[in-house]
Amino acid sequence: MPVTIRHRALLSPRSLKDALRLRHEEPDAMPLAGCTDIYVALNFGTLPARGFLNLWTLDALRGIDVLDGVVRIGALTTYTALIQSPIVARHLPMLVAASREVGGPQIQHRGTIGGNVANASPAGDTLPVLAVAQAVVELHSVRGLRLVPFTDFYTGYRTSAAAPDELIVALHVPTPQGRQWFRKVGTRAAQAISKIVIAGVGGRQPRIAFGSVAPTVVRLPQTERVLASGGTILEAQQQMQSEISPIDDVRSTAAYRRQVAANLLDEFWRATGPGSARAARGR
Amino acid sequence: MGRRGAVGSNVLRKDGAGKVNGRALYLDDLSFPGMLHARTIRSTIPAGTITRVTPRVATREFIVVDHRDIPGRNVVALIDDDQPCLAEKRIRHVAEPILVLAHEDRETLLGATVDIEYRQTTPNYDPLRSDVTFKQIAIDKGHVADGFARADLIVDGEYRTRHQEQLYIEPNGVIAVPDGHGGVIVYGSLQCPYYVHRALKVLLGLPDERVRVIQTETGGGFGGKEEYPSMIAGHAALAAIKSGRPVKLVYDRVEDMLATTKRHPSIVRHRTGVTKDGRLTAIEIDATFDGGAYATLSAVVLSRGLIHASGPYRCDHVKIRGRATMTNTPPNGAFRGFGAPQTQFAAEVHMDRIADALGIDPVRLRELNAFRPGDITATGQTLGKDCSALTVLREAVKRTDFRKRRKALKGTGRGIGLALFFHGSGFTGSGEVKLASRATLQLTERGARILVGSTEIGQGTRTMLAQIVADTLGVSYDAVDVNDADTGVVPDSGPTVASRTCLIVGRLLQRAAAEMRERLGDLSPSQYLKKHGPLVVTTQYEKPEKVSWDDTTYRGDAYESYGWGCDVAEVQIDPVTSQAIPVAFTTVHEIGRAIHPGLARGQIEGGSAQGIGWALLEEVVIRDGRMVNSSLTNYIIPTTLDTPPIEVQIVDNPYPQGPFGAKGVGEMPIDGPAPAIINAIRHAGVDIREIPASPERIQACASR
Repeated sequence: MPVTIRHRALLSPRSLKDALRLRHEEPDAMPLAGCTDIYVALNFGTLPARGFLNLWTLDALRGIDVLDGVVRIGALTTYTALIQSPIVARHLPMLVAASREVGGPQIQHRGTIGGNVANASPAGDTLPVLAVAQAVVELHSVRGLRLVPFTDFYTGYRTSAAAPDELIVALHVPTPQGRQWFRKVGTRAAQAISKIVIAGVGGRQPRIAFGSVAPTVVRLPQTERVLASGGTILEAQQQMQSEISPIDDVRSTAAYRRQVAANLLDEFWRATGPGSARAARGR
Repeated sequence: MGRRGAVGSNVLRKDGAGKVNGRALYLDDLSFPGMLHARTIRSTIPAGTITRVTPRVATREFIVVDHRDIPGRNVVALIDDDQPCLAEKRIRHVAEPILVLAHEDRETLLGATVDIEYRQTTPNYDPLRSDVTFKQIAIDKGHVADGFARADLIVDGEYRTRHQEQLYIEPNGVIAVPDGHGGVIVYGSLQCPYYVHRALKVLLGLPDERVRVIQTETGGGFGGKEEYPSMIAGHAALAAIKSGRPVKLVYDRVEDMLATTKRHPSIVRHRTGVTKDGRLTAIEIDATFDGGAYATLSAVVLSRGLIHASGPYRCDHVKIRGRATMTNTPPNGAFRGFGAPQTQFAAEVHMDRIADALGIDPVRLRELNAFRPGDITATGQTLGKDCSALTVLREAVKRTDFRKRRKALKGTGRGIGLALFFHGSGFTGSGEVKLASRATLQLTERGARILVGSTEIGQGTRTMLAQIVADTLGVSYDAVDVNDADTGVVPDSGPTVASRTCLIVGRLLQRAAAEMRERLGDLSPSQYLKKHGPLVVTTQYEKPEKVSWDDTTYRGDAYESYGWGCDVAEVQIDPVTSQAIPVAFTTVHEIGRAIHPGLARGQIEGGSAQGIGWALLEEVVIRDGRMVNSSLTNYIIPTTLDTPPIEVQIVDNPYPQGPFGAKGVGEMPIDGPAPAIINAIRHAGVDIREIPASPERIQACASR
């Protein structure tokens, strides 16, 4: 139901330095950029924040470049920019695939990868990609710069290791060795939130991450080990059940998510594992 | 007059330009000097009594309306008058209106809070265990015991459907303006201005002339703006009268989904006797509709549902029992199809199960039993030459190469299924006689002006009625205007529901235009006006002679005519996700004759897509009586990527009593998609009997 949006303050820094100072002085002010999550929450009356820190104008937080195989993506990079970037297409095709699945063109023009990370939804479409790519989160504050491995970034449901005065400035994503794989199972073919989402990197040391099956996006290290050590897909599927903890919610059921996660693991492994067609062709 | 007729051609829509260039004004585009905004305070419990209401607002600044401000009767007048406009003590569902607050500043209004204390009682959500039955209906033909005695095989089955949200693009909204004489003028996004007119008279205790209802450009209805606008108009009118100022009340999407009506969930049980060679000998049906917390339109939804429950099939022995019961959820109401999609879903899925049980082809089973002209329906109606069940079935089978395709797909993870269905045009039984609708045609300098209460809600009312008048009067389509649906000016041509506007109101206007043409003689409209002065012709509904109906025995001609349809759907089941993906869809419709083929196809495509959504995606998730996915984020309707190309074939069989041969079209397209899709899923190997056939249900069903 509609709620008032009055009595809310917007801070508009002119530079990253300015933003960090404001972040330090007003840690309760919620950073915003594309606002694609914020407007929804605002409209539903489920957004407690009264103050906001507008990052959208800070071009220093935009841009994609690559150095020594590590892609650095500015936090304000939109999904559209990710989809159009030749660097991302070459090094991280699974991130292009994930970005194409986010909302529709309007959302893709406004939504940012930093926002997807900061929003910390277990259903965030790019998060499994960042998890399997072993990305690193670049955090800034008036106290300096800090690099946090993405797989250590989330500490629980919608909570992260970022300090109250820190801002996500960029993501460092190493190019994975091995075939990249991504699939989102949404509530419909487009414009949907995921019921379950998987990103994977194939090869001898596979890496697998799921979204929407636990309070945070999850890597499956034990399942990966089963596959790396030559275990069967059945053994891996069994192992993965202990590494995920899906629930019933408005979008799906725990039982469905467990079964489909197992099916997706199988599909991933058929496509990228040693027995896959590509592997058989000696690629 | 030698001019090419408007009927049968795709003339430009009367409302098209304004909607494309943005000049069309919808309710929320309107403003009045001194206007207040209103907001509805609703219950947060499903059952109980209110013990205390404490508005935390500055009372001098706010207008606060409760049940004590109602000058007339505290009901939303419709059929049973059991639903209060504002709750007094008793609460029967979440989101029941208790107070209306109004303030000139919308943001201040949204910031206001009201504390409400309750004493809760135990809610019931199971329509099969309800203490309250709103309506029960029995239909009998022959003696089912005799029919079962002649059967070689008896097939039983239970089929379930759930809520569906209408999801018109424009949410409900009204503006009430005091008329300066103790009365009120209400502008609104609505289907039935005279329903609102009547409800307001009862609520406000006002005479006819002190209530005026004007429909504004309306962004869709699908039945969702049939009865609910009477509620919201009442709220705005009470605040307008109390404040003496115009009051705007517009819902956002969340409130609209949370509080307003949905399609009735249903549980339908079939027990059918059949001979070895596939002839139906007995049909026994028991249907329960979940009415929600108040009766609203449940009685008539049930009625249409039960009359269509045995499908378009001949059988000498039919016994149908049905009831609509109360649960502690928001009232369910009108939605395109009005009960018939629920019962025909059950009938058509059951037919495929009978075919399976007999080991015969589902087309053959339907061919054997489909109604022919001269056959007698469950209510005892003898069908005429306007019965085309076999025609549409054969056309759909031919166009899709159904039998060959069915063999080819066997065991591939794909499936193909069909559904044969029909839909009565106009109000059920004696409904049209009771409505006694009137339509008026006024001569203008150029041609004529149509005055009816029938509304344009996107389906093409203005265009289609103008086509009928233009050709009958012998003037160009452009020379026919359509007045706003304004109860201060237009007669009551009945509600815009029940696939009745073209057949019933179109025919009234055709008669009016024919009479006008006769009066004109050789004169042009302007010559006539100069010579004789104004000319206005009003016609009133006349029952076709052959039509008769008995409300007490439920026997007779349930509808003066029916449309006929056959859908064929092909689905692919994704082995990884268990999603049923519709990959092909063909629909054949016999609607007499299409007045505007483009608009008719639009209705058929749209209704099919809405039916596909109901079959596969759309699920109202209710917890503790409250819809928890009341947003477009989580209430999932199909996008174009979720619907296959829809191939539409309109078969002509002009109905002699219809205007230019036309019957109704609006509702029927939603009767067929769900059973066609479920039958396709069964063919692909999953025996599912409940919709939506979500991936979760398909997976659970497949792993049983």
